[in-house]
Amino acid sequence: MNLTEVADTVEDSGALRIHIINATENQLQRISSQLKLGLNPTEMKTVQAYFTKQGRNPTDLELQTVGQTWSEHCFHKVFKGTIHTPEGKIRSLLKTYISRVTRELNPPWCISVFEDNAGIIEFNKDYAIAAKVETHNHPSAIEPFGGAATGVGGVIRDVLGVWADPIACTDVLGFGPLDFNHENLPPGVKHPMYLFRGVTAGIGCYGNNMGIPTVNGAIYFDESYVGNVVVYCGCIGFLPKTKYAQNAQKGDILLLAGGRTGRDGIHGVTFASTELTKESEEASRPAVQIANPIEEEKLKRAIIRIRDRSLGSGITDLGGGGLSSAIGEMARRFRCGAHIRLDAVPLRQRGLAPWEIYISESQERMLLLIPPENAKAVLEVFDEEDVEATPIGELTEDGKLKIVSKGVEVANLDITFLFAPPPVERIATYDESQHEDATPPESHDLEKSLVRLLASSDIASREAVVRTYDHEVQGHTVLKPLHGEFGGPNDAAVIKPLDESWRGLVISCGMNPQYGKVATYRMATSAVDEAIRNNTAVGGRRIALLDNFTWGNPEKPDRLGSLVQACKGCYDSAKNFMTPFISGKDSLYNESPLGPITPTLLITAIGIIPDIRNAISLDLKVPGNPVYIVGQTFRELGGSQYFRLKGIRGGSVPEVRFPQAKDIMDTIVEAIDRRLVVACHDISEGGLAVAAAEMAFSGRGGLSLDLKDVPREKTVNRNDLLLFSESNSRLLVEVPEKHAKEFESIVTDVPHASIGRVLKDDNFLVKGLQGRPLVTADTRELLARWNMGSEGGR
Amino acid sequence: MNRDEIRVCILRVAGTNCDRETKTALQDVGMTAEVVHFKQLSTKENLMEYDMLVVPGGFSHGDYVRAGAIWGKKLMATMGKDIRRFMDEGRPILGICNGFQVLIEAGLLPQSQGVSRFPEAALASNSPSGYNCRWVYLRLETANTSIFTKRILKRTLRIPVAHAEGRFLFEGKKADRQLEELINNRQLVFRYCHEDGEYADGKYPINPNGSLYDIAGICSPCGTVFGLMPHPERAYFGWQSPNWTMETGKEPAPYGDGGLLFESAAEYLEKKF
Repeated sequence: MNLTEVADTVEDSGALRIHIINATENQLQRISSQLKLGLNPTEMKTVQAYFTKQGRNPTDLELQTVGQTWSEHCFHKVFKGTIHTPEGKIRSLLKTYISRVTRELNPPWCISVFEDNAGIIEFNKDYAIAAKVETHNHPSAIEPFGGAATGVGGVIRDVLGVWADPIACTDVLGFGPLDFNHENLPPGVKHPMYLFRGVTAGIGCYGNNMGIPTVNGAIYFDESYVGNVVVYCGCIGFLPKTKYAQNAQKGDILLLAGGRTGRDGIHGVTFASTELTKESEEASRPAVQIANPIEEEKLKRAIIRIRDRSLGSGITDLGGGGLSSAIGEMARRFRCGAHIRLDAVPLRQRGLAPWEIYISESQERMLLLIPPENAKAVLEVFDEEDVEATPIGELTEDGKLKIVSKGVEVANLDITFLFAPPPVERIATYDESQHEDATPPESHDLEKSLVRLLASSDIASREAVVRTYDHEVQGHTVLKPLHGEFGGPNDAAVIKPLDESWRGLVISCGMNPQYGKVATYRMATSAVDEAIRNNTAVGGRRIALLDNFTWGNPEKPDRLGSLVQACKGCYDSAKNFMTPFISGKDSLYNESPLGPITPTLLITAIGIIPDIRNAISLDLKVPGNPVYIVGQTFRELGGSQYFRLKGIRGGSVPEVRFPQAKDIMDTIVEAIDRRLVVACHDISEGGLAVAAAEMAFSGRGGLSLDLKDVPREKTVNRNDLLLFSESNSRLLVEVPEKHAKEFESIVTDVPHASIGRVLKDDNFLVKGLQGRPLVTADTRELLARWNMGSEGGR
Repeated sequence: MNRDEIRVCILRVAGTNCDRETKTALQDVGMTAEVVHFKQLSTKENLMEYDMLVVPGGFSHGDYVRAGAIWGKKLMATMGKDIRRFMDEGRPILGICNGFQVLIEAGLLPQSQGVSRFPEAALASNSPSGYNCRWVYLRLETANTSIFTKRILKRTLRIPVAHAEGRFLFEGKKADRQLEELINNRQLVFRYCHEDGEYADGKYPINPNGSLYDIAGICSPCGTVFGLMPHPERAYFGWQSPNWTMETGKEPAPYGDGGLLFESAAEYLEKKF
C-alpha cells in the first residue's frame, strides 16, 4: 500500500488527510505501521470509530498525536491496564501496588505524588524536595553518548517541570561484560565497552556542564545487558513550597521556551515501546535526540527567576512525544482545551511537516503557562537570559485540541478522547519452578574468594567513572560518593541544600539484578531494603521511594508475571517500612536478538537528616573500638556475588523479614542520633566479608573479626556461607568503646553482636567459626585489589 | 572601607555554574557579593561600581572552542577599557577554574609584559585526559605577591579541582624563559603537592592534570589579578572536606582552607580603599 492511495493534502497546510473511515482492518494496520503510529488493531479501530462519528477523516498530525499519547512510554498502558494472573485479575499495577502504598500511608509530608513531572515531598516547613528518576535504555543502546546525555537532560527538565531547582543527579547503569567477545555480538548490537564509555561520558557531560553534582549511583554488569543497556538517570530538585504553581486556567498563554525544534527525536516514544532489532540502528537513529546542556542551563536560570517572582501558572517539560504530549497533558490537567498556532514554533530547519513539528523531541524545551498580564515580564526574563521564548497558543474552555498550520485547521480533537485509549488486557503467568538449594562444596581458601570478589565487576571501585562526574559543584555535597582518605564507597550521598540550616537530604539506591534472575518478588523486597539500609547507614530517615522498572516485552506472559510479582514485592516491603512511593518510571520491551533483559528494578530512596554534622561515613575511625553486626544472617546465597563467582545459579534469594527489618533501621537511626556510632556500612553484594573489608580499607587502620558470635540461622554452619551470604537488613557499626554499653541497650531487641575491633595497623583478620584464622590480609593490599577492578573501565 | 561596603561582582554568562557557592563564601567573609550577568554589566551597569571582580567556574558558552576562549575574547572586546582601568586602580580580579581559563584567554594572566593581545599561556586538556573531580594539596610558593594569599600562614592548602582542561602550559621555544620569568617575578602562587608539601613532580594524581611545573595558580606581577584551577569556594566550610567525618566525636571544623583566599582579599580591600 502506498500512502498516496489513502491520503490527500489538507489545503496548503502541509498536512495530509488520511482516509481511515472506510479502511479495512488490514488497511488500518498498514496505515499504523507506515506512519509509525505504533497503534494496535483495537486502538486503530477505536480511532476509526471516533472519526466516523466526527464524520471526517483525520489528518496525519491527528493520528500521530493519538499514537504518541497512547504509546506505552507516555500512557503506561501496562501499569494502568488489566492483567489476568494465576491469582486473579489486577485492574492496575500502579494503583494495586505502587501508589497504593502512598495512599494507605498517606503521610502529611507528601506534597504531590504520581501526578506531576516529579514527586514532591516536604524538606522543612518552607522548602520542598522534588525527585524523579528516568529510564533511557533504548536511545543509549543506539547512540550511547547522546542517549545518556539526553536522559540526564530530560530528567533535569522533569524537575524544572515542577518549578524546582536541580541540586543533584544520580545515575545507575547496567552493561554487558566489558570483555565480551566481539564475535558473539549480534548484528546491530554495540560492544559493551563502547556503550560504557559513551554512556558515562554522556552523563558526565550533561551534569558537569549544567553545574549539577552527580552524587550517587551504581554500575552493574550482566550478560543480559549486552543487547539492552540499562540507563537510569535521576535528579533531585529543591523549591520553596509556596512557589509550586500548577493552577493555570483558560486564557493563559502557552509559552514554548528553550531550544529550537528540529527533526531529531521523531518517534522516540514509539521506538522506546518496541523491541530492539538489527534494523534499529538505521531505522531508529532519528529517534535519538541531540544534547546541548548550555541551552538547558540558561533555561534553568530563566525558569527559576520566573518561579521566584510567581509569574507562571503552570509548567511542564517537553520530553517523550514533544509538544503533543506536553500540550495534551497540560490541557487535561487544567480541564481546558488548547488552541495552537503551529507556525509560531521556532524551527531549527526548514521543511518540517506539521506532524513532525508537533511530535519532535528536540531537547532543552519547556512549556510554560503564563497569565496574559505576566507575559511581558516573563518574556523579558527569557530575553535577559538569551533564551528564545514564543507564545504558541492558549488554553481554552472548549475542551478541544485545535491546531492551525498556515491558516488551516489541521487538528480538532476532544481532549477526553485523547486520554481514553481502549483498555489493555494482558495475561501474566508465574514461574513456579522451585530453586533447589544449590550450595557448592565448602571452600576453604576464603581469602582468595574475598580478594576476587573485591575486584569483581559488580563490587570493584567505581573511581574511574565517579571522578569524571563533578560531585562537588554547588558546594553542598557533605558525604561524597568517594569519601575519606582512600575514597571508600559511601552508602549514600548527603546534601546540605540551605546555607542557613544544618538539615540535609540523603540520597541512596538499591538494586540487584542477580536476584532478578531467580525471583523477582524477593529482588523487589531486597532492593527496597537495600535502598533504605543505605540511607539509614549514614543517618537518613523519613524516607520516600522511587521505582524504576526495566523489563522485557510485557506482551509475553512470563515477563509480565515476573513484573507483577516485583510490584507485589514493592508494595509489601514499602508498606512495612512505611516508606511511600512518590514517583516512578518504567522501561519495557527491553529485548534484543540475545533475548530479554534480566528484570531490573531500581529503588531510589530520599531521606532526611536533621543535622548533617551527625552524618556517618563508612571508614573505620579509632583503633580499639568494637565493631558490631546488627541483623541476622540466613542461608541466602541465591543470586549472591559469591555464587556468581562460583558459577552457581539458583539458591535462596535473600528475604526481607518484618517487623524486624524496620526495627533494625529505626534502631540504627536512634543510635546515630544519640551519637553512639562513628562508622556504619550496609552489608550487601559480597556479604559480611566485603562490607567489613570496605570499612577497613577506607579507614586508616585495620580490623579483626571473629565469626563465632555473628547472629545466624542454624543452617549457616559454614564459614563461607556466613561470610558471603547476602541476607538483608544487616549493617556493620563501629561504636566508641565508651558508648558500647549504651549502644547495646538500644539494640537489645534486634539481633546483634560485637564481632570485632578496629586495629591500628593495616591488618584485616578474620577468625572462623572453629576459631581458625580464615583471612590474614593487608588492608592496603585489599584496597589495591578493589581499586584495580575499576581500571577495567578506564 | 568597612568590609560590608566592599562590593564584589561575580560575573556570569551562559554556562557559568559556580556563582552561587562563590557568592555564599564571599558573603560569609563579610563582603557584599552580587551575581551579575555579563550582558547586564556590559550594557546597563558600571564595572567601576564594584571593588572586586570574580570570574567563577563553569563552562562559559559551553567551552566549545577552547575552555574560556569565547568569554575571554568577549570580555576584552566589549569591556577591555573598563577592565584595564579597574585593574590599574588596584581593584582585584579573581578567576577560578573556568574563570582562570578566561583570564588566560583574555591575556590578563600572566601579564609578563602587561595585558597581552594573544594568550601567553594555555590551560590545555588534562593528562591523563578527561574530566577529573578530586581533592588536591596546594603548596603556597609565595604569599606576598598575590593579594589573595597574604593571610595564608601555612604551607599547604587542601582544595578540590574539577576540570578537563587545566594543564598549565607555556608555548614551544619560549616556554623555559617564560617559566623562569614567572618564578623570578614571584608570580607562581600555588603548585600541586603531596600532603606533606613535597612537590607532585608531575606525578598523577597528586598533580591531577599534568600541569607544567605542577602549576595550579598564578598571579599578575603586581598581585591583584589571580587565577587558579582549584575551587576555594568548595573548600570554604569544614563540612565540605572529604574527610571531616574522620575526626570522631567532633563536629566538622567551621572552615576549610578555601576561605583564606577570600579573607586575604577582604583585608586588602579594607586597607586599600
